[in-house]
Amino acid sequence: MRILEGEGVTKYFGGLAAVSYVDFYVHQGEIVGLIGPNGAGKTTLFNLISGALVPRPGVIRFKGRKITGLKPHQICRMGVARTFQSVKVFANMPVFENVLVAALFGNSARVSSAEAAKEAAELLEFVGLSAMRATLARDLTLANQKRLEVARALATKPELLLLDELMAGLNPTEIAQAMELVTRIHGQGITIFMIEHVMRAIMNICNRIIVLHHGEKIAEGTPEEIATSRKVVEVYLGESAHARS
Amino acid sequence: MKHIKVTPQRLLLPGLVGCLLVLLATLSLYASPYTIVLITSILMYVVLTVSWVIFSGPTGYISLAPAAFFGVGIYTSAILGRTLPLLVVIAVGGFASFCLALLIGALTLRLRGIYFAIFTFGLVELIKHFLLWWEINMTGTRGRFVIVVNNTTIYHVMLGIFVALVLTAYGIRRSKFGLALQSIGENEEAAAHIGVNVTLVKVITFAISAIFTGAAGGIMATRWTYIDPYIAFNPLFSFMPVLMAIFGGMGQFYGPFLGAVIFAYLEELLITRFPYYYMLLFGIVLVVVILFLPDGLAGLIQKWRKGGQARQHANP
Repeated sequence: MRILEGEGVTKYFGGLAAVSYVDFYVHQGEIVGLIGPNGAGKTTLFNLISGALVPRPGVIRFKGRKITGLKPHQICRMGVARTFQSVKVFANMPVFENVLVAALFGNSARVSSAEAAKEAAELLEFVGLSAMRATLARDLTLANQKRLEVARALATKPELLLLDELMAGLNPTEIAQAMELVTRIHGQGITIFMIEHVMRAIMNICNRIIVLHHGEKIAEGTPEEIATSRKVVEVYLGESAHARS
Repeated sequence: MKHIKVTPQRLLLPGLVGCLLVLLATLSLYASPYTIVLITSILMYVVLTVSWVIFSGPTGYISLAPAAFFGVGIYTSAILGRTLPLLVVIAVGGFASFCLALLIGALTLRLRGIYFAIFTFGLVELIKHFLLWWEINMTGTRGRFVIVVNNTTIYHVMLGIFVALVLTAYGIRRSKFGLALQSIGENEEAAAHIGVNVTLVKVITFAISAIFTGAAGGIMATRWTYIDPYIAFNPLFSFMPVLMAIFGGMGQFYGPFLGAVIFAYLEELLITRFPYYYMLLFGIVLVVVILFLPDGLAGLIQKWRKGGQARQHANP
């Protein structure tokens, strides 16, 4: 089943098409990677899905229901959660409360504050931040802030999780931990759509990859197909590099 | 079942607050008329400041609209004061401010930072001048007389508004609504993406905070007996709450109370002792506080208490 699907999704900033007539879909239970050079429109596409921006023209459907035009909080409550490329944790709030807000407000089902607190504690355990529950979010390392964002997103009980460059700026050990975290989230039955520049991660854990360039979808396929695609190599390394090889 | 240990420390604060309330409620029985009037104006500033902090404290949206809500309360009192009982007039003043805040909030809370501050400031001027035009061209007057109420009644009504406000402010701060407000102040975009209906939370809180400002205006009008648009919509009532909140410090619940009480008393002291220099002295005090106490008085107290604890741990 297609959990997420976009048709002719387009977004102009002034005269510039940041995302241009992109068709895409994500099956339930998949891990799909979204790659492309800087400025390709990857984060814009995520903003269009999460409701921060509205596509014009274009339609996005989640579980068959049109979500274009809905507010971010409504889309979140339907079951789409996300993290941000530049971390947006609630810096002056303790780690635990960061997750608690999401547990209280993130889902249309009513939760008692005791349930929400239990949920938040379990998620901190899940991402490995239990020991730091009383620390202010601003005092965490970047890797831990990114984990906190993941815990916060999971607290909204999503069916689809959008990860925007979870591994950017992390060291090799932290990248390995983040990859392991993504697989564990996927193991809980959550569908994942991720933007990533770390090729090792993308190639290892994704079922399918979509490539954007100048706002257009230029390729789509399994990691092997993408790695050997002439078009993708041209985009990443330049035409002359490909000619020399 | 959760077992809460009853220790002397735990009872200290509620006990103190209880004693203070009893003292304030019975004040009119033994205090001088001057004290009653003085405490009424201090309470008025506390109400203005704390209601401003309900919304602007956690969200960081600097609202300069309190003078508008205060003025609406004042005019409600002037227009309805003769026909309706006092408490109903006060309630209507609060409700009118609530409605105005809902409207303004829905229109403008998409503006952020300085734009919101400027808009709300402009709003006060707009209402003031519109009212002036209306009174001169439609009503054929400039000012209005307000029914006179004795000072003790004014004091008791103000105390009632104050108690209701403290309960509301505390309730909001402790609830999940307060947590949502705080998350909006930290990062509005992230708050929206984890399911917080940011527009609704902001508009409702803004409107709730306006109720108390409007009610305070309604009762204060009866003390001034004559009002016109310049008195009712004086921008000073927008700036004072901001200054008092900064002076007291917004990091702690008690900060704005402390700031308003000391600031209001200081104003009274300076205006009586140094009538010609009081604004100058006032300015100097403010500059010193902002330069040396960025977290206000509450910040200073927290620092001092932390320092004390650290010393205790160092020498067990």
